[in-house]
Amino acid sequence: MRFTKDHEWVELEGDVATIGVTAHAAEQLGDVVFVETPEVGKTVKAGDAFAVVESVKAASDVYAPLSGEVVEANAVLGDAPETVNADPERGGWFAKLKVANPAEYEALMDRAAYEAFLQTQ
Amino acid sequence: MSETALKTTPLTEAHVALGARMVPFAGYSMPVQYPMGVMAEHLWTREHCGIFDVSHMGQARLTGVSPLSAFEEVVPGDYIGLKAGKQKYSVLLNRQGGIIDDLMAGRPTSADGTPDDGLFVVVNGACKDNDFKVIDDELAGQVESRRLEDRALIAVQGPEAAAVVNGLVPETTSMVFMDIRSLKGLETDLIVSRSGYTGEDGYEISVPAGEAARVWTLLLADERVRPIGLGARDSLRLEAGLPLYGHDLDETVSPVEAGLTFAINKNRREQRDFPGAARIVKELAEGPARTKVCLRVLEGAPAREGAEVADEAGAVIGVVTSGGYSPCLKAGIALAFVPPAFKAEGTKLKVIVRGKAQACEVVASPFVPHRYVRKV
Repeated sequence: MRFTKDHEWVELEGDVATIGVTAHAAEQLGDVVFVETPEVGKTVKAGDAFAVVESVKAASDVYAPLSGEVVEANAVLGDAPETVNADPERGGWFAKLKVANPAEYEALMDRAAYEAFLQTQ
Repeated sequence: MSETALKTTPLTEAHVALGARMVPFAGYSMPVQYPMGVMAEHLWTREHCGIFDVSHMGQARLTGVSPLSAFEEVVPGDYIGLKAGKQKYSVLLNRQGGIIDDLMAGRPTSADGTPDDGLFVVVNGACKDNDFKVIDDELAGQVESRRLEDRALIAVQGPEAAAVVNGLVPETTSMVFMDIRSLKGLETDLIVSRSGYTGEDGYEISVPAGEAARVWTLLLADERVRPIGLGARDSLRLEAGLPLYGHDLDETVSPVEAGLTFAINKNRREQRDFPGAARIVKELAEGPARTKVCLRVLEGAPAREGAEVADEAGAVIGVVTSGGYSPCLKAGIALAFVPPAFKAEGTKLKVIVRGKAQACEVVASPFVPHRYVRKV
């Protein structure tokens, strides 16, 4: 699993990346009440806002950690957005991307680097 | 504004010790939430008792030869007729009838029924410097405002608030909604009103700054009580349909547009002797150009401040001035300004959130019923 400074996580299997927000991000957001996942078929560039997660108080963008095409969105979050809080780094995934350039994945932080990054925040 | 420039309240250290997440608000470092989180804090206040540090708000005494009649020169409320021991909500008006701020002003009475000298007023923290400048300028020679910077303000809100406060200060038991007293209690001098801004029953307790942390800790020692941050204060007031200055109210909005006609007393309408009376009396007679409505979002994301409101054909007719997620209704709710033709309950409208038109409906205010205690 790899991580971004915007607190997203990515898991790559073959050329499909599963993306979500980290446990740290979920804790900071507080109770998630709505998630807007991207539409299947949409093409995104790394760094694009591609999903929105909302708490009682505010809406926050989620950025695509990698470039690619959305192949699946997590339908569970429509009825149960609280899954993002309950299981952020597994069941609370947002979307799957067919990645254009796997090298982008290798450039992201591993868990040790992300944990170190959190210490600086 | 840099963090170092932020002001603190007498309770800032207590918030940090409780693990609060502190944010800048109205020039102060204030708790937006405690470890319990906004959702749980909101629901706790609806079910039990929450306490809020609202010491950033501006407290003052207005005194003079005839402070009640002088005060009527800047607000549309009947303050000459305000009984000793009562407070009244009003709005400070500019000459165009726009709202400079909303406020509470009252006549606290002591245990023997003697009213304090003049008016005790509480205004919004972000507006307070300007408010007291306006009052001092407009009422120069008639009223002297003395700001009570040496006092903190703690709101105690929720269905168990009365039991908590009555247990600590028995003299508050006989008070009803909008009563206000100057009391000796909790080993200090208190100014207590039975009011708040959550829609729940409760009290607001003004205490000397040096006693605030002790009183806060004393309240928290009751297991029915939890500390509540600004996040839940906002979602609670939104569910109660109550406007927030700087969002739903500003210097262009009249009290008629904002649905605050109850604050324009009948005798004042007839006298037409308050700032902006020409506009306000005309709006009362003919209807305003726009009016505040309560919207319930029927699909999709919560609609937040700035979201456009459209009619069913898609034409933009208004804007959301505050909105969010209702923990009690489990739906998006919003206050919006639209032309009066769209104000009827049940009117189907759209809110535009991130480019998507989502169905919403005009509903009655408040979203969640008020539970003020009007007799004991």
